[in-house]
Amino acid sequence: MTAQGVQTEPQPVIDVRGMTKIYGTRKVVDNFDLRVPKGAVYGFLGPNGSGKTTTLRMICGLLKPEDGAGTCLGWDVITQSDKIKTQVGYMTQRFSLWEDLTIGENLHFVARMYGLDNRAERVTTALDSLGLSERKNQLAGTLSGGWKQRLALSACMLHDPKLLLLDEPTAGVDPKARREFWETIHELSDQGVTILVSTHYMDEAVQCDFIAYIAYGKKLIDGPSDTIASQIGLTTWKVEGTGLGVLSKALKSTPGIEQVARFGTSLHVSGPDKKALKAAIAPWRNTADLHWTQTTSGLEEAFIHLMKEVKDNFA
Amino acid sequence: MKTGFSLARIGAILIKEFIQMRRDRMTFAMMIGIPVLQLILFSYAINSDPRHLPSAIIDRDHSAFSRSVVTAFANSTFVDFTIAPDSPEEAEAAMAAGKINFIFEIPENFGRDIARGTRPQMLVIADATDPSASSGALAAAGEIINTGLAREFTGALAGLAAGPPPIEVVLQRRYNPAGITQYNIIPGLLGIILTMTMTLMTAVALTRETERGTMENLLAMPARPVEVMIGKVAPYVLVGYIQIIVVLNAGRILFDIPFEGSKILFLWVSTLYILVNLLIGFLFSTVARTQMQAMQMMVFLLLPQILLSGFMFPFRGMPLWAQWLGEILPATHYMRLVRGIMLKGSDRADLLADIWPLLALIAVVSILAMVRYRRTLD
Repeated sequence: MTAQGVQTEPQPVIDVRGMTKIYGTRKVVDNFDLRVPKGAVYGFLGPNGSGKTTTLRMICGLLKPEDGAGTCLGWDVITQSDKIKTQVGYMTQRFSLWEDLTIGENLHFVARMYGLDNRAERVTTALDSLGLSERKNQLAGTLSGGWKQRLALSACMLHDPKLLLLDEPTAGVDPKARREFWETIHELSDQGVTILVSTHYMDEAVQCDFIAYIAYGKKLIDGPSDTIASQIGLTTWKVEGTGLGVLSKALKSTPGIEQVARFGTSLHVSGPDKKALKAAIAPWRNTADLHWTQTTSGLEEAFIHLMKEVKDNFA
Repeated sequence: MKTGFSLARIGAILIKEFIQMRRDRMTFAMMIGIPVLQLILFSYAINSDPRHLPSAIIDRDHSAFSRSVVTAFANSTFVDFTIAPDSPEEAEAAMAAGKINFIFEIPENFGRDIARGTRPQMLVIADATDPSASSGALAAAGEIINTGLAREFTGALAGLAAGPPPIEVVLQRRYNPAGITQYNIIPGLLGIILTMTMTLMTAVALTRETERGTMENLLAMPARPVEVMIGKVAPYVLVGYIQIIVVLNAGRILFDIPFEGSKILFLWVSTLYILVNLLIGFLFSTVARTQMQAMQMMVFLLLPQILLSGFMFPFRGMPLWAQWLGEILPATHYMRLVRGIMLKGSDRADLLADIWPLLALIAVVSILAMVRYRRTLD
């Protein structure tokens, strides 16, 4: 960026290259690049053990990468993690507030650790928006899973961080709470907060502006969420009608068809080769009870496709 | 499925426990290490019949008789004459500082009076804060003197050998004239109680956070290691003060233990000692992976603090290498300080030699803890 105010791409909030983490001989995260623009909701998708948590921890300075470099909020991720920590809110996968402190005491502790002004006011506001004002003297350990998640989110936002790193924040949370959670995320994003959120729920991927898909420590795909499916080049047919169970079994063993997945009352049949897929489904195209339409591939199909490609790596 | 008593289920639990025991390398090492190391260490170090106790000799006579007495004491191996001060004051100062256990004072004309048969007096002052350290030498003193002088009773003096003891030994037990063991035990116990509780409190400080999963949260927040250390250590200083008050009052009420010296000085050195122990606990906490390991380390340190510090056995009675080991233990210095202040009324100048090791330990342990402190989850 220049002092003359020349229009340039604003600096990404996270800009890291070649991040690598090795445990023993295993590369848990392998040569990982990531650029996250300001105000984006960036989804980290991937199966369990794919390196999502490790990557988040490296970005906020909780783990030292064996290799790699870059910046987070303009600071060096390797040498300036002290500064990064002041502006980042990190919500851990496992509840990591103090179970033997009350809800109020936890929030006060966090506020003090960040040296926040108007502490009492901030804590009261947080409690009110959580709807836990009445229960602020309850021990945090006695909260149910969903409430713990909400409290943890609230605690990591107490210092108005510019970047939120959320590690599977909706795991074990009921659908209503999940929806509310995502509403909060979008509100924050509108206010300019950048959010990096990991999940293994495919249906949450659509909530993100960008998606990085990780498996076995490698980033397989990365881009705006609406372009992911087309990037992969997958073709999908939707079929509705009767006898889908039998059909599904038959289709699965047909060459040219990579995956068959049930969506409510329909089946989605996908394959990487458009022509081969068309040929594969041809025998059933004219069956009277079945209604076939070509549709756009969804994220879920895209990810299952990706998973199949890398299966061999998993040793 | 069997619902009654099942050997299979016992077996299942047994196997699981063995597997877990084997995986916990530290516990395994401790199970073997503690008995072997400590058996070797303490069986050689501990000596309930202390010898070679450092002593001062003030010989005003310099006659053949006085030299014979001195040689006899030295040959007895009960005492080693480490200093020969010019004045009784100098000798007393060395005793107040805990450098010597005995002062032997031979008056002028000692030899002449023996020869005349007028039975001169010889003064033996013992530091009786630890009655067990001085008792052996004092019991043997008369016999040693007679043996030593017997060699001189030849020729014209041969008649003296048969008569009454040729000299009169005047014994003075300093600081604890009645030889009450509690006077020695209570200050020592204070040191042991503090090291036990203080180290334990902080030994689990970080491992507890790790085990509960809260460490990740703590590390994600912008706290410096030194802030964490001070914040974790400071509250327990108060706990230490409370323990001191309890022990001292119990000692005063139950055993009528005197308090000769400055209470301010006492509070000051106790604060140092509490800090050393809390910091050692914190250091353990940075090394150990689990609370269990931290406690094992604490026990590992506790045993030498009990056995080599001069609490159970006279410090000067141990072999030199064991004394060197004892010198690096905080409890050794604290016990000398507490006994000095409470029983001898020692002042700061007397005690400096035991104050600076505590300060040095605070510095060394803090630095080690900061080096060991893991700022990441690696």
